[in-house]
Amino acid sequence: METILNINNLTKKFGYLTAVNNLSFTINKGNVYGILGPNGSGKSTTLGIVLNVVNKTSGDFSWFGGSTSTHDALKKVGAIIERPNFYPYMTAYQNLKLVCKIKGVDYSKIDEKLELVKLLDRRDSKFQTFSLGMKQRLAIASALLNDPEILILDEPTNGLDPQGIHQIRSLIQLIASQGTTVLLASHLLDEVEKVCSHVVVLSKGKKLYSGRVDEMISSHGFLELKAENTIKLQQFLETEKVFGEIKVEGDLITAFLDEPMDAKTVNKLLFENGIILTHLVKRKESLEEQFLQLTDNN
Amino acid sequence: MLRLVNLELQKLLLSRTNIILIFISFILPFTVLILSSIKINFFGFFTMELGELGIFNFPIIWHITTFFASYFKFFFAIVVVSMIGNEYSNKTIKQNLIDGLSKKEFILSKFYTIIFFSLVATVLIAVASFFIGLYYSSYTEASIIFRETEFLLAYFIKLVGFFTLCLFFAMLLKRSAFALAFLFVLYIVEWLIYWGAYNILGSSEAAFKVKGFLPLESMYNLIDQPFQRLMITKFPDKADLAYDYAVHWYEIAIVLAWIAILVFLSLKLLKKRDL
Repeated sequence: METILNINNLTKKFGYLTAVNNLSFTINKGNVYGILGPNGSGKSTTLGIVLNVVNKTSGDFSWFGGSTSTHDALKKVGAIIERPNFYPYMTAYQNLKLVCKIKGVDYSKIDEKLELVKLLDRRDSKFQTFSLGMKQRLAIASALLNDPEILILDEPTNGLDPQGIHQIRSLIQLIASQGTTVLLASHLLDEVEKVCSHVVVLSKGKKLYSGRVDEMISSHGFLELKAENTIKLQQFLETEKVFGEIKVEGDLITAFLDEPMDAKTVNKLLFENGIILTHLVKRKESLEEQFLQLTDNN
Repeated sequence: MLRLVNLELQKLLLSRTNIILIFISFILPFTVLILSSIKINFFGFFTMELGELGIFNFPIIWHITTFFASYFKFFFAIVVVSMIGNEYSNKTIKQNLIDGLSKKEFILSKFYTIIFFSLVATVLIAVASFFIGLYYSSYTEASIIFRETEFLLAYFIKLVGFFTLCLFFAMLLKRSAFALAFLFVLYIVEWLIYWGAYNILGSSEAAFKVKGFLPLESMYNLIDQPFQRLMITKFPDKADLAYDYAVHWYEIAIVLAWIAILVFLSLKLLKKRDL
């Protein structure tokens, strides 16, 4: 698989504070990556380093297998970090024209990308008149001008209203479906869960996990059960080896599976042992639960 | 290089404030020059014509126009300082770098733009002085016209030097107003150094030599004041007023050195800084 970005033992210290601690991961072509971590976990710093605006303390990184210099590589990258930064006195079109000049892209791309983010009717309005959602979409249009190999977004939905969040997310999914690699930094777990296929979890500058989202915890899921005779059900579950930890909250019993077992088999097993269920749900931990579990353990 | 200037020109010329300031810094000296060259009639009592004072004679006109025009550099200094300050306050410097501009290119695009505008200012003054001189000057032989045109070179270097100093202060302080205030602080510091040197060396001549190596003074030294020279041409018997007003190679060399140092330091600063 083609490597887009390779980060190797990267460290960044701000005085005594270690913002990024010995971080290594690789981004391959064609996936949607999420960088997940609470505020202050080093997401933006890591992106700042690979985007040439923050100086690393030690370690190294290479773009596209290390064949090009960072600032040349950045011409094949589209990125927005934190807030959309444009010249307030220029119109949307003029701002994008400036980006074209920097990246060496033809001006004909401008209208195409404005159309994509649905800002074509505002192309001649000044940037300072835009709402935050529009500014953010303009930033995405600007990042896409060069048809980048990889699109890097740092908390793209931060501060937006639900409608704006939805627009940005569907935009990201559209871009990803067209084969562009996306790297999305966020502290919003459901955002990463909805959009990303791979995830890197950071906490205090350290990598806790990197890999596929659905393999983040090697768990077989858990069951939520209710029966008329709760005590009998609980006693039965405790004798069975398949079930690990069992939690009781009122009449709802949550049983964690130690081995794979589907809901049908559970139902059948319990029925054969004279327990009739009134409620049965099999679930996997949500990313949020997995994430909290990961960050708690460290 | 053209790409970088083009980039910076777009940033500058789309902002109304900048256009007004650029207009003032280039057109104003031009207009003042032309106004002063026409005959002004004070309600029929008397007419004033500066041209008759001989200030528009070749070759002294080169000296006089460049000396006075250089005072209008402060308007463009505001533009230079704000073109850095705004990049920081809008955080567009960060976005520019992310979009693939290298830090070196960023500084160079500012520096080339400074050179570009200094060149435009020099050409404007050269053309204006040339025509006014042709109109008023008592001597119009080519050898006299083009004597002392080194004042134009000095004017150009002076502008580039001053604006590069502004560029460095703006990069250092990130804010336009602070950078301008710092120019004033530097002015005071240079006099303090002069005072210190005077106390150590004991003569004001030696102390001025020391001060001549400092940025602002070295730029000022490029074009010496022309008043004394005017007096001498008017009253040739006052030979005791004679002074050295010529543009010297070492004066240019000092300013060029400062330009190189300041551009280098600006770049170093940007490279070290986390944005």
